[in-house]
Amino acid sequence: MNPTRERWLLPEGMEELVPPHSLVLERVRRDLLDHFSRWGFDLVTPPFIEYLESLLTGAGEDLDLQTFKLIDQLNGRMMGVRADMTPQVARIDARRLRRDHPVRLCYAGTVLHALPDGLSGTRSPFQAGAEIYGHAGIESDCEVICSMLEFLAKIGIGTLHLCIGHVGIFRHLARNAGLDPRKEAALHEVLQRKATAEADRLLDRWGVDAKWAKAIVALIDEARVLDADALDAVPTKPFISPDSPLSDCGEVIESAFFDLDRLVRAIHARYPEIEVQIDLADLRGYRYHTGTVFAAFVAGYGREVARGGRYDEIGGVFGRSRAATGFSMDLKVLVSLLADDIGEGRSMVKAVQVPWSDDPEVHDAIASLRDKGERVVRCLPGESPEPGARLLVRRGDGAWEIVDGIDGIDDPVEESERAKTLGSSPEATKGSQG
Amino acid sequence: MLTIALSKGRICKEAVSLLARADIHLLEDPERSRRLSIATSHPGVRILVLRAQDVPTFVEHGAADLGVTGKDVLLERDGAGYYEPVDLEIARCRLVFAEPIEAVSSFSRSRLAMPRVATKYIRTTRRFFAERGVQAEIIRLYGSMEIAPAAGLADGIVDLVESGKTLAANGLEVREVIASITSRLIVNKAAMKFRRRQVEDIVEGIARAVAVPAANDDALEYRSPIEQASP
Repeated sequence: MNPTRERWLLPEGMEELVPPHSLVLERVRRDLLDHFSRWGFDLVTPPFIEYLESLLTGAGEDLDLQTFKLIDQLNGRMMGVRADMTPQVARIDARRLRRDHPVRLCYAGTVLHALPDGLSGTRSPFQAGAEIYGHAGIESDCEVICSMLEFLAKIGIGTLHLCIGHVGIFRHLARNAGLDPRKEAALHEVLQRKATAEADRLLDRWGVDAKWAKAIVALIDEARVLDADALDAVPTKPFISPDSPLSDCGEVIESAFFDLDRLVRAIHARYPEIEVQIDLADLRGYRYHTGTVFAAFVAGYGREVARGGRYDEIGGVFGRSRAATGFSMDLKVLVSLLADDIGEGRSMVKAVQVPWSDDPEVHDAIASLRDKGERVVRCLPGESPEPGARLLVRRGDGAWEIVDGIDGIDDPVEESERAKTLGSSPEATKGSQG
Repeated sequence: MLTIALSKGRICKEAVSLLARADIHLLEDPERSRRLSIATSHPGVRILVLRAQDVPTFVEHGAADLGVTGKDVLLERDGAGYYEPVDLEIARCRLVFAEPIEAVSSFSRSRLAMPRVATKYIRTTRRFFAERGVQAEIIRLYGSMEIAPAAGLADGIVDLVESGKTLAANGLEVREVIASITSRLIVNKAAMKFRRRQVEDIVEGIARAVAVPAANDDALEYRSPIEQASP
């Protein structure tokens, strides 16, 4: 094989974006940061590389496997390229800001994954998210979820579906069932797939007490959609029916259900058009989460587009345990879902093309157009305006005007004006008419 | 319109009969038709006939909403991209580690030499040996695994076994059962959320059909329009 022939290939899972996708990504990023700013979140920019000890703290084995590693030549310590910005932001809250009142932080940047994502195949997601530190109540969960939903609704990504769970429930049941961490992880993986029969068999093989086994399998069946009728009903039905295997499993679970109930109602009250589902078995990323977890889905995409949850203990390893909740998403996923709709229409602003000229008046005209936000391309000598380009034209009274190159070809007035187009070369005229 | 992806071959016949019991009748015989997309008696359901390994890929990406494939195929994946709600209990077989009859077990020799294992189940095989603390050299084959030990390519094989006749015919015996395998119904996550009613109807229909195995209903497997028309 000729090595020069494949030298340009990118590593697996690394993608580069070109217009319109790159423009859509930047637009989404700006819109998101503006959105966060309006919600009171402060932007932080964590470093791309950190020492492993702080990068991986409290985040579990998965993140370790996902992290690219390199050696710091200055002192021989192991560094990692961030695979998730959330622990970094938690560190910033705990070590840098050290405030006692709630802190709202947001961030956006590229992360690197050592392993490609199953669905999109990417290893370089563009992660962006928002976190609230220092508040332990359901209200901060509600605030980050609403901020997420409002943004996703605003960018017009399609029908939204919110899925809410609670890792505390699964953890509590697993502990009562006497499962060690290994079994808990195996069971967790089965629950994610909603493989009821498989969960039954595993619990049976491990000799788990029937009461807890039934309750654990019930996590799959309790996945249900709360429609407006159920939520608006007065008096409200009990969240978990008395004959459910989950109804008599202790205070921890009752209080988790109480929280979920309040959270779902609060969200429904603010976004009645968004379908909310309680799914107690959907616990992706449950390793560092401690309470409610949630994910937003859009029609036609098999994974969540954004997800998050409560992770109250992560700051502890940085010397300052703080309540924490937040969400993040891969903006490149949003781009792939948006680009088809937006296409060139929204992202590629049509430029005004001006043939090369040294006339100071032309400079001024161009500068004032750019001040107004117009995209102006000065065609270099030898470069003719593209067919259909918008052109800068001087009217009879000396004022400048932008003329659409393709429209009005049959219009004799426009025709005569085009003749006055600045320095119009024969090719340019021909091009704009063809 | 919902799309159900079926695996070609062994699983297909049993899956078609299961679908028939859930009142989804194929309008063509997938084993005789060359068409890979087949309409059904159910106006909202069509069938794709794919290689077993491709079924999860179609379902993960939403190219099919539901799929039927063997647990052996699913074990080779990380399983994060789909739900797996029903064990269809069809195409039952075992995934086994087999070695030549009377050969010394690879496990007992593993201190001396790395066992060489021929298989198409790379991930499952690696996990199986790793759990036993053994580093194995895995040789990827696409078929006719059973010949590998006799041909001197490998010490043992990891493969699906139904009756064990092929193993015996090639001088192999089962040393360990890695997993008992059945076919599973898998569902695209987004479809489960956004087309819940339709998907749940079908999942429940199929689950009911699994729970109540009907008598021999080969005749109901598919209804070709020609057969329906002829007396």
